[in-house]
Amino acid sequence: MILVNRFLLYLLFIIPSALFAAHFEVGRDKPHHTLKSVLQLAKDHDTIWVDRGLYAEGNIVIDKSVVIIGRNWPVIDGQKKSEIFSIKASHVTLKGLVVKGSNYASLDDPAAIKVYDAAYVTIEGNRLDDNFFGIYLQYSKHTLIKNNVIKAYGKEEQMIGNGIHCWKSDSLQIIGNTISGHRDGIYFEFVTHSVIWRNVSHNNIRYGLHFMFSNNDAYISNVFKQNGSGVAVMFTKNVIMINNHFIENWGDASYGLLLKEISDCHILGNRFNSNTAGIYLEGVSRARIEDNTFNDNGWGMKIQASCMDNVIHKNDFRSNTFDVSTNGDLVLNTFERNYWDKYEGYDLNKDGTGDVPYHPLSLFSKIAETNPSAMLLFRSFIVVLMDRSEKVMPSLTPDNFIDLYPRMKPVFT
Amino acid sequence: MNRILKYVMLDIVKSKLVIGYTLILALLSWSLFSLEDNSAKAVLSLTNVVLLVVPLVTVIFSTIYMYNAAEFIELLASQPLKRVSIWTGFFLGLSAALVTALILGLGLPLLLYADFAMAAVLLTTGIMMSLIFVSLGLWVSSMTRDKARGISTAIFVWLFFAVLFDGLMLLLLFQFSDYPIEKTMIGLTAFSPVDLCRILILLQLDVSALMGFTGALFRDFFGSTKGEWVAFGLLTLWVVIPFYFSTKKFRLKDL
Repeated sequence: MILVNRFLLYLLFIIPSALFAAHFEVGRDKPHHTLKSVLQLAKDHDTIWVDRGLYAEGNIVIDKSVVIIGRNWPVIDGQKKSEIFSIKASHVTLKGLVVKGSNYASLDDPAAIKVYDAAYVTIEGNRLDDNFFGIYLQYSKHTLIKNNVIKAYGKEEQMIGNGIHCWKSDSLQIIGNTISGHRDGIYFEFVTHSVIWRNVSHNNIRYGLHFMFSNNDAYISNVFKQNGSGVAVMFTKNVIMINNHFIENWGDASYGLLLKEISDCHILGNRFNSNTAGIYLEGVSRARIEDNTFNDNGWGMKIQASCMDNVIHKNDFRSNTFDVSTNGDLVLNTFERNYWDKYEGYDLNKDGTGDVPYHPLSLFSKIAETNPSAMLLFRSFIVVLMDRSEKVMPSLTPDNFIDLYPRMKPVFT
Repeated sequence: MNRILKYVMLDIVKSKLVIGYTLILALLSWSLFSLEDNSAKAVLSLTNVVLLVVPLVTVIFSTIYMYNAAEFIELLASQPLKRVSIWTGFFLGLSAALVTALILGLGLPLLLYADFAMAAVLLTTGIMMSLIFVSLGLWVSSMTRDKARGISTAIFVWLFFAVLFDGLMLLLLFQFSDYPIEKTMIGLTAFSPVDLCRILILLQLDVSALMGFTGALFRDFFGSTKGEWVAFGLLTLWVVIPFYFSTKKFRLKDL
């Protein structure tokens, strides 16, 4: 009975739509030569196949729910004169296209693919090259951006836009994209209930990922490498960050992850390798920072005195120059059960937890914080002596900045 | 001169002290590298060996050696030899022996375990340290005839460069923290070979931290190739100048 029902459903809905939706072919030796002419003929739910070739048609407005699929990488060229695709209808799909050369403008932010107020748009498997903005969403919902390669060659912050720019949107999925050479790799402003998954964002001029006022989002298993200033999450709440890699974000104002004025976030299982500062926290409250590894960073964690009620639990701190630093005497955060490679205590009852509490804050990190030129004396005998005596009897560093149960062995090996 | 170099070197290489020095260096570095699963930590400990142990052993050994060789020097001076070549022969012999000890003891495990750039920097600074403190040891021994006084001066020289100088720098830093003293501080490091070497090593070891704001000031200077050459130039001066003064002293000395 169920089978018959399914069959009837199929007959009723799927076959008719397949019958009435038309297919168009665009190409040099096909009936239609330009995308624009086909778009005028097409109706909602039609499919347009684009053959290999160069299509320089200026601004292409898509105001019908069509599917556009490229065969053998057709090139849609904006010739640095205009925005290329302007999507103004819902249920549009763009696939397998090379989109390049959008123009530069400072007033209306032209992009290779810009979505205006449309939902259920799919942008999948495209190559975007040398555009001002890559993909730009405004007032978009339920949009999928997947497996695109977005590349630009920006030199200065003012002269280049963001790779994937999302503004006032909801329920987006940004999956498996590779973004480089833009201002911010991925930019979120007023975007909610969205997921950023398995993207690689590297060598961007400013941030690999930039969050502003975007609540209830998650980013998972992304790689952020060698960006000008790492990743920034600001003025936001309920963001989940899991299993991301923050690698080699180096510079005077560079952080693996910059957290500013955020609350109720969960930072779990991330890796911070060779950054100037792994995580920088300012005005952060109620964050859980768990199961992360901090390797070879200048500072593992810079936690400012304006942070409160954060729990730093079960993280590994290995071969960082300084594991943590802070700028005041107020400590309202909990450090628990972390592994510190500089810990020198013992474990008599063999329960895996050191019997002596650990003060992760070194005196010298405090001195260097207020007096940067002191860095010149780092690792000198006298400084090591001072640090040692401070570890035994904290007098200048806050004595409640403490891990009561330091682990003897790393969480991850 | 070559003859003297050969005699001195063979004499030192045979001495138990230098063999012991080589063995201890080797033992330290091999055990550090095999005990620590993290080679960066072992390198860190070896940095302290290069900055503290090497100068101490070198300066005291060369001072004592010169005092013990006083009669041999008198004998040589009675021969038709130039005093400058006698002195240079001793300097080169001592340096060659101690540098060999360093390369055998520290260099081999470093090259095997640590990454190449790090090993190269640590070994070069170690060699420079040896040369500088042999030169300083010679100077100390040329100053006074009294062995006890000479050795205590040598120890003080080591103590000054290893500990006191940095203490003074730190004091200065706090006293004048309201003033822009960064450049002065960098200038002052030229007066301590230990500090110069430490900074050269630091630039390899703590790259991530030095890429930040705090390290900016001396990364810009010492991190550039020009800065590195300046640092090595200064280290060479630290070999040449004490040696020059000691030669001058020895040439006119009434043995």
